Amino acid sequence: MKRSITRLLMAPSVILLLVWMIVPLSMTIYFSTIRYNLLYPGQNNFVGLMNFEFFMTDPGFLPAIFNTLTLLLSVLIITVVLGVALSALIDKPFFGRSIVRVLLISPFFIMPTVNALIWKNMMMNPVYGVFAWISQTLGFEPIDWLSDFPLGSVIMMVSWQWLPFAILVFVTALQSQDTEQKEAAAMDGATSWDIFRYLTIPHLARPIAVVVMIETIFLLAIFAEIFVSTGGGPGYDSTNLAYLIYNQALLQYDVGVASAGGLFAVILANIVAFFLIRAVGKNLTV
Amino acid sequence: MTLNQQRKFKTLIIGFFSWLVACLLFFPIFWMFITSFKTELQAISIPPTLFFEPTLDNFSIVQERSDYLKHAMNSVVTSFGATIIALIIGVPAAYSMAFSPTKRTKDILLWMLSTKMLPAVGVLVPIYILFRDNGLLDSRIGLVIIFTLMNLPIIIWMLFSYFKDLPKEILEAARMDGATPWDEMMKVVLPLSIGGISSTGLLSIVLCWNEAFWSLNLTASEAAPLTAMIASYSSPEGLFWAKLSAASTLACAPIVIFGWFCQKQLVQGLTFGAVK
Amino acid sequence: MSYLAITELQKYYDSYHALRGINLSIKEGEFVVFVGPSGCGKSTLLRTIAGLESSSSGSINLDGRDITELASSKRDLAMVFQSYALYPHMTVAENLSFALRLAKVPDEEVKEKVRSVSASLQLDPLLERKPKELSGGQRQRVAIGRAIVRQPKVFLFDEPLSNLDAALRVQMRLELARLHKKLGTTMIYVTHDQVEAMTLADRVVILNAGSIEQVGTPLELYRQPNSRFVAEFIGTPKMNLLPTENMIRQENELVFQLGAGEIRFPTARISGPIPSSIVLGIRPEHMSLSEEKGELNGRIELIEHLGSEAYAHIQLSSNQTIIVKVSARSDIKDGQLVNINIDRDEMILFNESDRVISLLAEEVEDV
Repeated sequence: MKRSITRLLMAPSVILLLVWMIVPLSMTIYFSTIRYNLLYPGQNNFVGLMNFEFFMTDPGFLPAIFNTLTLLLSVLIITVVLGVALSALIDKPFFGRSIVRVLLISPFFIMPTVNALIWKNMMMNPVYGVFAWISQTLGFEPIDWLSDFPLGSVIMMVSWQWLPFAILVFVTALQSQDTEQKEAAAMDGATSWDIFRYLTIPHLARPIAVVVMIETIFLLAIFAEIFVSTGGGPGYDSTNLAYLIYNQALLQYDVGVASAGGLFAVILANIVAFFLIRAVGKNLTV
Repeated sequence: MTLNQQRKFKTLIIGFFSWLVACLLFFPIFWMFITSFKTELQAISIPPTLFFEPTLDNFSIVQERSDYLKHAMNSVVTSFGATIIALIIGVPAAYSMAFSPTKRTKDILLWMLSTKMLPAVGVLVPIYILFRDNGLLDSRIGLVIIFTLMNLPIIIWMLFSYFKDLPKEILEAARMDGATPWDEMMKVVLPLSIGGISSTGLLSIVLCWNEAFWSLNLTASEAAPLTAMIASYSSPEGLFWAKLSAASTLACAPIVIFGWFCQKQLVQGLTFGAVK
Repeated sequence: MSYLAITELQKYYDSYHALRGINLSIKEGEFVVFVGPSGCGKSTLLRTIAGLESSSSGSINLDGRDITELASSKRDLAMVFQSYALYPHMTVAENLSFALRLAKVPDEEVKEKVRSVSASLQLDPLLERKPKELSGGQRQRVAIGRAIVRQPKVFLFDEPLSNLDAALRVQMRLELARLHKKLGTTMIYVTHDQVEAMTLADRVVILNAGSIEQVGTPLELYRQPNSRFVAEFIGTPKMNLLPTENMIRQENELVFQLGAGEIRFPTARISGPIPSSIVLGIRPEHMSLSEEKGELNGRIELIEHLGSEAYAHIQLSSNQTIIVKVSARSDIKDGQLVNINIDRDEMILFNESDRVISLLAEEVEDV
């Protein structure tokens, strides 16, 4: 293909994404340096780095960063480990495997808001929830999940949502594994565990890289689950960066500070992306 | 035990555990579905009731109170609209990157993915203001624009890896047979990639349907898709679990059923070139 | 007059020099085989002729026209790929007619051509099937049919038989030879299998590390290799090559000492200066075993019986191993000590840079 045709075909995507990146980003940078509160219009003077100072000294700032990273890492570990284990479990045929597969991947299709509402109310409610009933039946004090383990609860909901995605990818990957290789290993005296450890896991390296990459993109921006379930609380216990900025912008109408916060989120994402692409990028076919 | 019996036993154990885990993971969805047919009193009874006389009242109340059909229509229009537009823009880009790569192709692709790394919150305020000033707030068009841009990088990436995996020799054979680049794309590559393109589209539809951040922040009533409608049940009324369940069931049913049917397609496409 | 002329063709992949100045001219109707070990550049050369790879410099002329910069689709060449590369979404009939339909050939004519090709390749019962419903041999025939139907100026084959099992490969090889006789079209064929090269080719081009090592008819290459590389590459089993560390120059003879044995060679036959070290090359069929005496001696390690003939692997007293062709009925046994006679007329000598040393015929000495 001629160079010019290639360029022409790529142009729409590249231009759109460039605009999509540059326009809002430069506006954010601009807003972050001025006083800009929707409640006090017309007082948009330049304030330098004050918004950043304001955002960084917010009592929610450090917890938000901590919570964002904790959420990311916990969900990644849970979904990858369980995803590998479960997809290996259903790799061999058994009675009703196709139904099991459908059941396993279903949570991926549930929207985050519904996910949070089901878990918050029907599962985790300390009085009427299913968990409370189970605890009581077993003779334990019911746990008030959302108040006592707010971040843990969010991690549980998000993991439930993303585990099916990991399973979907790993199931396909396992199907492409060479059976002769496994048979050869078995002849060499390898146990099922050896085969899993030394053949299956290395075979899954690339799919794992893909899952980590895609999930990270979405997990850094987790919002709806927190918005609907804990509302970031109690205190800042389940506030992540996305939710903190949202609070500034749409609840306190302080666009300047929210923009400064937005830039922090961008920087954090870039730091994560940097390590991620270094660690994972090599494994991707690009 | 003979070897054969051992194997059968192992299969039985594996089957048992798989079913157990699957049922546990599916339980919340099952419970939501069941609860939507209960009365409010049954919904919060302890111990939970499994056998009861189902009622459809909740569904009619949801439709009455929040106009389910309107929001469902919004979801359908925005998901499908954004997906189709993103495919139209993304296919040529992925095509040219896969079939006439340059030294910069890898960088461009990583850059595209990195725009996906920009957290939505980072640009929420300017987008909100741009939308407000251009009359796009609470409009379907606005959401379609956002969804298109949001999914474009992933769509291009998926298509790219799919195209990349097509056997190169088939394209070369077409070239030797006298095919122009246009013939090659229309008569060979696209017919061969129907599977990949449709699974990419499916994933995009699922992601759009379940998108919550922009839907919650950029729509109010008119263009609000189902994700935003459901959020309105999170307030104190949330305690009316039967109605909440009915609304949730209604919101998720279309995409879950859609997903079940297209499961095979989705599995194929979700490899992102990671499976050789 | 050459039909396809390749002049000073160079190809670089970044810093890798894949083709190092190829010059080759092919006559119309010739069956030319490119052969060489993997990585020698034979496929690259074919693909550059096809226009699937661009050349870095040099030119390619086809039938009086410079096609160096022409797109593959306009070169009027047809190619059969190793993986067959059939269009999986089209039936056999559609695969066969694809090129014609692209070229906007009238429907009637397309049908007629597809019919005649499918009849000649026995594809008639398969026309409505998709490639995945065909066996390997059938796919191969469709791929060939797809090339034939276009009546191109040159057929290009890129290792077309290497995905077939042994029996089918022999059969397809014959069919290809027959096809070439029938059509009389120029064919260029790439393979790493020297048996295919020897049996199919009018002329064989041996490539090594991006350069042409030697061009010639199969027999020329077999009998008069001009380098150690060609000598080793052509022929099964390989030519025996004996590096001679102890070479003594006598008045009119060179004496190569190999363990307890020695080979004498008249100096007069060597035209030009005598190199400091020489490698002797001798094919298995140009040696014989004898009970009484011989130039070399050794112990039988192993006998390979091929039915009509047998090969004896012999360890010489100098510890080198050679292969000698023996009669299938010979009663020699493993471990037996034997003497070996060498047909000196058939010996080939290589100098220290592995090029052949030109020899004069034996009679010269007698005159």
